[in-house]
Amino acid sequence: MSIGHTLLGLLESGPRHGYDLKRAFDEHFGHDRPLHYGQVYSTMSRLLKHGLVEVDGVEAGAGPERKRYAITDAGVTDVAQWLARPEKPEPYLQSTLYTKVVLALLTGRNAAELLDTQRTEHLRLMRGLTERKRGGDLADQLICDHALFHLEADLRWLELTAARLDRLAEAVRT
Amino acid sequence: MTPDGSLLSAEGLHKTYGATPALDGADFSIHPGEVVAVMGPSGSGKSTLLHCLAGIIQPDSGTVRYGPHTLTGLTDVQRSALRRSDFGFVFQFGQLVPELTCLENVALPLRLNGVKRKDAERQARTWLERLEVETVGGQRPGEVSGGQGQRVAVARALATAPRVVFADEPTGALDSLNGERVMSLLTDAARDTNAAVVLVTHEARVAAYSDREIVVRDGRVKDMLAGLI
Repeated sequence: MSIGHTLLGLLESGPRHGYDLKRAFDEHFGHDRPLHYGQVYSTMSRLLKHGLVEVDGVEAGAGPERKRYAITDAGVTDVAQWLARPEKPEPYLQSTLYTKVVLALLTGRNAAELLDTQRTEHLRLMRGLTERKRGGDLADQLICDHALFHLEADLRWLELTAARLDRLAEAVRT
Repeated sequence: MTPDGSLLSAEGLHKTYGATPALDGADFSIHPGEVVAVMGPSGSGKSTLLHCLAGIIQPDSGTVRYGPHTLTGLTDVQRSALRRSDFGFVFQFGQLVPELTCLENVALPLRLNGVKRKDAERQARTWLERLEVETVGGQRPGEVSGGQGQRVAVARALATAPRVVFADEPTGALDSLNGERVMSLLTDAARDTNAAVVLVTHEARVAAYSDREIVVRDGRVKDMLAGLI
């Protein structure tokens, strides 16, 4: 999963402090693996350096200064491109795909479109494997079958998620 | 060819069953030798689309074109004749006549098209060999396995050298190995004869035998190459 893109996406609804970003990330995506503060601040430094976020304000307090970050136009474009780009099909992809779907819903983008694009990418790979299998020996067939069954499992998840988008949208927006 | 160069095309198909819309402005096109997978959730309108494209049912509105014909403008009798001469069908279940042997089943559509018995059975035998089920020619459908029966059904669908094969969940009742073999034999044979295949399936591994896929959702068609059409 791309933490940078995820944090950028969370900033689309409005500027946030690093702490708020961590809390929003953990709430939506960090069920079994909350983000460390260090990861938030190192990621924000990188995004600042690349002009994808800017410092919207600094609040002085008893502790260290608290920076509030805002996404830039370049950052919004970067998120949009990431969401639109299908992932290379590979095992354990669901955590990235889940993140993309939730972010698309949170930012008012078309999550069904994202799932359709990913399905096409999966099927493209499956066609290649099927073709290889048809011309291959038994070892080739078994290797391709293994990959095909994994890709098929991903596709079933894509279908089920597509069928539950309305419910997921309600859940993430409340 | 239809005006847009495709073999079979549909524009703006609407079909409603009672208060339930099955198709809501569906478009489609397929070229000779092309295998198109029709995917989508249960109840999305996949089978209704296939039935409209094949002229089995008439849409409430919209146009289906096949070659120089406007299918939706033909009478029931004309559409039946066209289906017999130009189209082949493979379904999930129950398509073979139980009283006839497998060989007679494959020869049946040829006989209906006026081919003499001897010639029809010779051609049928060739198709059974091609589908690797020549040994069951003398048996009745009830006496062969599901995989063998489905291969006989594919042989029957291809025996008349159709220009379009309509396959609705053709491997739905088969295990993985038999399903894959049937798909491989079906698509190889169709490509060799330059037939187009409209393949309704919910299985991704079956759809992977196609050249491209369309997705039917809420009665509308999305062409995954071209976006929403």
